[in-house]
Amino acid sequence: MIHLRYEVDGSDFVSCGKASEDVKRTLKNIGIPSEIIRKIAIAMYEGEVNMVIHANGGLAEVEILPDRITIVLTDTGKGIPDIPKAMEEGFSTATEAIRELGFGAGMGLPNMKNYSDDLKVESRVGEGTKVTMSFIL
Amino acid sequence: MKLKEIAAALAGTPAVEGQEAEITRFYAGDFLSRVMGRAPEGCGWLTVMNNVNVAGVAVLAGIRAIILCEGIQPVRELSERCRQEGIGLITTPLDVYAASVGLYRAGGEA
Repeated sequence: MIHLRYEVDGSDFVSCGKASEDVKRTLKNIGIPSEIIRKIAIAMYEGEVNMVIHANGGLAEVEILPDRITIVLTDTGKGIPDIPKAMEEGFSTATEAIRELGFGAGMGLPNMKNYSDDLKVESRVGEGTKVTMSFIL
Repeated sequence: MKLKEIAAALAGTPAVEGQEAEITRFYAGDFLSRVMGRAPEGCGWLTVMNNVNVAGVAVLAGIRAIILCEGIQPVRELSERCRQEGIGLITTPLDVYAASVGLYRAGGEA
């Protein structure tokens, strides 16, 4: 088993995606098929961006097992009051300044759901959010 | 189409050469998550978005070339990142619609 752990810096939009890129490189090095790597990279990037935009960063942990990869994203941000609403394509609470950078399309969680084999979102308003994504190898 | 052929079809300039790969499919859009979710792997991406995250999205989504439209000149961080990652970067004076038509006429798949 391989375990990777990244502190995601919430103040740095420029380096946003570094953890996902490192995971992509690692998976390539250990010979995971490229179509699976792409799914994981897209879903993890969305999670990473969400933590930067909405929660001032957080922790990303990746567990690589022979039959599956699990990604757990944990933050202590403001939480999601209405998870089903947040899962809708196009719904976003990002600010105008963030949208001008190309983020905030309201596709983050929908992409994470579409590209993972299983997605679990747990959140408490004022306490934070935990997102668990699994990918079957 | 090779990068140079794409640039020629768009009266554009290759700002970063990228890898010598064949690109036949394209995607147009500026919202990064839409591009992430919808752009086909190995495609060329038409956009007016000009920041380093554009290269990050291209790396993660397996996009081969970025086509920066409307005469926008890439910020240094974007071109540097494309160079590091082997992603092609073309600038064109055409807007996204005109560039799409140009690529279609040059043999790009719709």
